[in-house]
Amino acid sequence: MGKRTVEFSVGVFMVLGMIALVLMALRVSGLSMDDAADTYTVRARFDNLGGLNERAKVSMAGVTIGRVTKIYLDDKWYSAVVEMEINKSMSTLSKDTSAAILTAGLLGEKYVGLSVGAEEEYLKDGDWIEDTQSALVLEELIGRFLFSKAKE
Amino acid sequence: MLNRIADMGRYGVQVIESLGSATLLFANSLMWGGPGSAGFADLVRQIFSVGVRSLSIIAVAGFFVGMVLGLQGYTILVDFGSEAALGTLVSLTLLRELGPVVTALLFAGRAGSALTAEIGLMKATEQLSAMEMMGVDPLKRVITPRLWAGIISMPILALIFSTVGIWGGAFVAVDMLGIDDGAYWGNMQAAVEFYNDVAKGIFKSFVFGWVVTWIAVYQGYASIPTSEGIGKATTQTVVVSSLAVLGLDFVLTAVMFGGV
Amino acid sequence: MATDQPYVSVRNLTFSRGDRLIYNNLSVDFPRGKVTAIMGPSGTGKTTLLRLIGGQLTPDSGTIVVDGQEIGKLRRQQLFELRKQKMGMLFQTGALFTDLSVFDNVAFPLRVHTSLPESVIRDLVLMKLEAVGLRGARDLNPAELSGGMARRVALARSIAMDPELIMYDEPFTGLDPISMGMIVKLIRGLNSALGLTSLLVSHDVEESCSIADYLCLVSGGRVIGFGTPEELLNEGSDEVRQFLRGDPDGPVPFHYPAPDYRQDILSGGR
Ligand SMILES: Nc1ncnc2c1ncn2[C@@H]1O[C@H](COP(=O)(O)OP(=O)(O)OP(=O)(O)O)[C@@H](O)[C@H]1O
Ligand SMILES: [Mg+2]
Repeated sequence: MGKRTVEFSVGVFMVLGMIALVLMALRVSGLSMDDAADTYTVRARFDNLGGLNERAKVSMAGVTIGRVTKIYLDDKWYSAVVEMEINKSMSTLSKDTSAAILTAGLLGEKYVGLSVGAEEEYLKDGDWIEDTQSALVLEELIGRFLFSKAKE
Repeated sequence: MLNRIADMGRYGVQVIESLGSATLLFANSLMWGGPGSAGFADLVRQIFSVGVRSLSIIAVAGFFVGMVLGLQGYTILVDFGSEAALGTLVSLTLLRELGPVVTALLFAGRAGSALTAEIGLMKATEQLSAMEMMGVDPLKRVITPRLWAGIISMPILALIFSTVGIWGGAFVAVDMLGIDDGAYWGNMQAAVEFYNDVAKGIFKSFVFGWVVTWIAVYQGYASIPTSEGIGKATTQTVVVSSLAVLGLDFVLTAVMFGGV
Repeated sequence: MATDQPYVSVRNLTFSRGDRLIYNNLSVDFPRGKVTAIMGPSGTGKTTLLRLIGGQLTPDSGTIVVDGQEIGKLRRQQLFELRKQKMGMLFQTGALFTDLSVFDNVAFPLRVHTSLPESVIRDLVLMKLEAVGLRGARDLNPAELSGGMARRVALARSIAMDPELIMYDEPFTGLDPISMGMIVKLIRGLNSALGLTSLLVSHDVEESCSIADYLCLVSGGRVIGFGTPEELLNEGSDEVRQFLRGDPDGPVPFHYPAPDYRQDILSGGR
């Protein structure tokens, strides 16, 4: 094995590593250079998250337009607060947009679904979404069903 | 009974002793020199024999593992109607776990054992002694470039493994099972985070590269210089470093990906 | 440093391998600028002595002083510095680097220790290879050499840095008479031209007597005779003369220590 061949193939090896890294960044993790600056944050209050996680998707009409960045418990109201980043390209969400915690498929992951409102004014960075609908919790549903059956 | 206890004690002392001398070996060979201290050409030559020579096995293995993940993931996910999440499953599994771990295991078998045998043979044929008598520190000349080569090569190999695997998964998912191209890549991109998944996986493989190479060079350096001794040391390298990789993987996963 | 002081001085050296005591309170001086042949039965520890002097083994007790520096007191770096500047050693097995060609083997110490330009290194290497008659074999790999050729390449490599002290571990074994004569001349020549101190382990009584200024006979962990070849041949003790004449019977045992032969055979087992 000549010295040149060794050096050349090690060079190729390194380049392959770089290519793999770039592919990982751009194609696999969808990292784009201007990611962070291009979002604004809105908040919403829910009675029950039912298993929503940070990094969950925020979508409207089935299209992902942002993601959940932070979840915490408001210790005055004892309700859950969800902070989410919405892409700047979706800056025309009206003030009375409603948020619901939905499930992808029957047992799939939880995500936040937004539905459009009617007001002229738009949500700004730091605003609250007032109209929210908590996650459906299977136990509660069954309980309510049995209760109404019993009343019949 | 007493004998058994004494044996166990002796064994324990031996283990601690070899851990100590392995640490000394590591410190002596790395503290006094960065990657290029024994000459850059040496490092390149070692990256060639440690990294480049492992490339084909890593790439082929990665492709098959990715395809298997695609098939198995599909049969599981399709029951829940979430086969669109296949890209996510394949990529996260590879990036977080299988990429670093399987690469490290293959690396231990392919490059680690070769390193041990090579160094053991150099010891048996008195090449290391001859070097010492020339006033050349074999730790720096022989051990240091090999250690660095392993530490540098392993993350690259793991990255290539994962990349090839993800594309192998895409081949099965999109071309064979007919999952929508956009769903495979789109869901993957939404779920995979560069820092949390890719970078942490690279960190894992970096640690594994370090551990496997360290064990390999130590086993070679401390081997009994006979054909039997070298054979034993080679086996020992594969066994010990595989176990170390799996054990460390648990620790790293617990620390980095939480949940414990 | 006074030139009449011994180059290597061993004092009260005790060394054992496992349970086997190899040297017991050994004291010997190797004079500066002379060729001293170390002789003794196989397995007495001649190679071991060279390794002790080179600092590769550490004595259980006693001191070894090389050119005024006590080996046992040196730190790792200092020891490497001393070996680099002053010592050369020809290993019994040659110990060539199997991943380097003949040329690169000889060039190795020069490349590591000096920053000479490649053209000068080339000249030096060819000079050393010429001295051992293997200039034409420079591009071969060690695996392609015969035993005797490998030993000659190793010799060229060990003199590459022009050391002050050079230790030859059995340089003559496996050499044909012509190469042998050449190596003898080479060793002698290095000594008279450069004033090297040479320690030479050999079993070849005739060659050793012809080449060495002094003979040092070791057996059973101690020196049984030290002096010029004539002195030892004429006035040495019984065991010395037995060894030099090669008689099987005498005070020097031919056998590795063992229980009585008859008893061993009759006792069965292993
Ligand atoms: N690595 C080792 N471990 C244990 N014992 C050893 C080792 N190397 C050598 N010995 C023992 O040390 C003794 C001296 O060995 P050494 O190699 O110095 O002999 P020598 O005088 O050079 O013999 P020869 O002339 O055959 O080369 C031998 O009895 C041998 O059994
Ligand atoms: Mg010997």
